[in-house]
Amino acid sequence: MATLLFWLIAVILVASALIVVGARKIVHSAIALVAVFAMASGIFLLLNAEFIAIVQILIYAGAVTILILFALMLTRTSNQNEITNPNSKGWWAALIVSALVGAGVIFASTFTHSTTALLGNIEPSYGTNTCPFPTNNVAYIGTLLYSPSCYSYVLPFEIASLVLLVAIVGAIVIGRED
Amino acid sequence: MHPTLTHFLVLGAVLFCIGLYGALAKRNAIAILMGIEIMLNAVNITLVAFSFYNTVKPYSEYLTGQIFAIFIITVAAAEAAVALAMIISIYRKRNTVDVGEINLMKW
Repeated sequence: MATLLFWLIAVILVASALIVVGARKIVHSAIALVAVFAMASGIFLLLNAEFIAIVQILIYAGAVTILILFALMLTRTSNQNEITNPNSKGWWAALIVSALVGAGVIFASTFTHSTTALLGNIEPSYGTNTCPFPTNNVAYIGTLLYSPSCYSYVLPFEIASLVLLVAIVGAIVIGRED
Repeated sequence: MHPTLTHFLVLGAVLFCIGLYGALAKRNAIAILMGIEIMLNAVNITLVAFSFYNTVKPYSEYLTGQIFAIFIITVAAAEAAVALAMIISIYRKRNTVDVGEINLMKW
């Protein structure tokens, strides 16, 4: 069942990613991008990561796609029949480079067995801080991100909020009219 | 039978190189941004798959892969906002989003 679901989602995911890359009108690419994000969210659900699946829908399929559609609306060309998503002159070089990178990564991830051997001997170096972790994935991630009493990601979380603040200010400063 | 780790890794690799092709071969700046978003999603799939199949104790207990994916989503959202602001600003000044024609700093 899970395997069937995986193949279904994977085929739709790769097909819509190919539509994003290959469509002649860029609005069609943007619509196919929604399908890519939704199917990636399905992959996250298969991997028991409910929180990331929902965040994926909210941020990517909601916010980023709407942002891209607004940018498309604001940068529209006047000619209706023009190809709005053209390839550059050296697209075949890009094809070769991406095929080589993909072949390398697939080879490395399929034909090597060293990852588990590398990770096998690592012992926890911090103290025996036993916190009761909830079984719910969302509550689990919340405990990891916010609770300073346990081993947590509070400092990276605060730095991420700073990054978002700088990005907001930067986007306003760059995009304003003057 | 659940799909193995290799299934997800190969899916992530395929998606990554589709996104890489889109980022390298397209002339519209927004299409390049879409390719970058697909690449980031492929990396997220890989990280969450590692988090799911990881059995080494400290890393599996602290969900390292999923936390990494959350921070990648955060930075990707910030990056998309800044990049689209730059694209709109360039369009306002030069009336194009074709990266072949934005050659002010080309040597």
